[in-house]
Amino acid sequence: MPDPALTAQNLCCRRGDRWLFHGLDLALDAGEALHLTGPNGAGKTSLLRMLAGLLPPSPPLQGQTGTIAWQGSIAMLDERPALDMALPLGQALDFWRRIDGARDLPLARLGLEALLDVPVRYLSTGQKKRAALARLIGQNARNWLLDEPLNGLDVAGVALIEDLVAHHCAQGGTAIVTSHQPVRLPGERSLAIRMPPAGGAR
Amino acid sequence: MTRALLAILRRDLARLLRGSHHGAPGSGVALPILFFLAVAIIFPFAVGPDPRLLARVGGGVIWVAALLAAILPLDRLVEPDIEAGFFDQWALRGIAEEWVIAMRILAHWLSFAPALMLAAMPAGGLLGLGGAQMGMVEWGLLAGTPGLAALGVMVAAITAGLKGGAALAGLLVIPLAVPILIFGAGALAGGGASGLALCGAVSLVLVALAPFAGAGAIRAGR
Repeated sequence: MPDPALTAQNLCCRRGDRWLFHGLDLALDAGEALHLTGPNGAGKTSLLRMLAGLLPPSPPLQGQTGTIAWQGSIAMLDERPALDMALPLGQALDFWRRIDGARDLPLARLGLEALLDVPVRYLSTGQKKRAALARLIGQNARNWLLDEPLNGLDVAGVALIEDLVAHHCAQGGTAIVTSHQPVRLPGERSLAIRMPPAGGAR
Repeated sequence: MTRALLAILRRDLARLLRGSHHGAPGSGVALPILFFLAVAIIFPFAVGPDPRLLARVGGGVIWVAALLAAILPLDRLVEPDIEAGFFDQWALRGIAEEWVIAMRILAHWLSFAPALMLAAMPAGGLLGLGGAQMGMVEWGLLAGTPGLAALGVMVAAITAGLKGGAALAGLLVIPLAVPILIFGAGALAGGGASGLALCGAVSLVLVALAPFAGAGAIRAGR
């Protein structure tokens, strides 16, 4: 039986005098994942931020301003880890652990166990991404929005993300993932955002 | 919610007391206080050692130094957390920006005001302030510094992300701090208790408004 997790209707995004997308409808059921693709600047990140509630939908040319309805909480991972650069990784993660009330983070699985005493600013790009993943998992949210999660990760890291998303969806969660690289997601659903013709709305 | 706000307050305070990213522990609070004391020490050299003159202007000097000390950390009050994605992550967890800003005002105040009020005592001694005048300075700082903290955080939120935001923030805070300065320093020049009351009133208005103005600025900047 379908169990809608996300229903978004008539989403439009206008940046300056340019439409990034217009009249976009999106629906996800519990347990589904969606791979969002598109060229640089097409509006993938804007769409994710809109779905996260951080960016209000732009009023469309006609009709009602778009609506977004989620079931359950939302977690987002983007290029910013949101961890204190000056603190050792363990303390930086503890801050979010206290806020989210998270118990155990899968630190060994993420390859972070040996790094807990290292200040976040000394971590590599890929290690920071893994640390941000730990934060994301600790939030224990039902819906994941992952913006370019594969950036900076090694081959094992990519497989790890695919495993984590598959596990998350198997437990009834949803995930929307943007990435330029191919990524194996459960269900293999994907949505391509194309650049609209200059000046026109799609 | 309360648990989250306490965690945020704790982090804010630790961050402000720690100072810059690479600073030694405590440098965050020590720097503005040393700056404040340095102003009090250097002032008699500039205007001459006449005790009557010093006693008359000393209170005002302490107030100006307090204002400058409150402005020093403006550039790291809000902007680094926006850039690092903290505000977005709090928003995703349903923690309103208003609460975050309110916590930050409290943390900013705690990080400079108590130490400043302590440092005002030796500074007052250096400037030859009498006991009654010193009392007025302390009560005035207690009434006025919350407003200065609120003003600092509000302006830091508004200017976050702007080019040259830190310099602009200083320029914006100074005129807005004038009422606090007038009433706070005015209490010394004979305004007495009514000056203190007005200083406290301006301060309260700022503390009440700043969380909403700052939160609005952060949302508008997304």
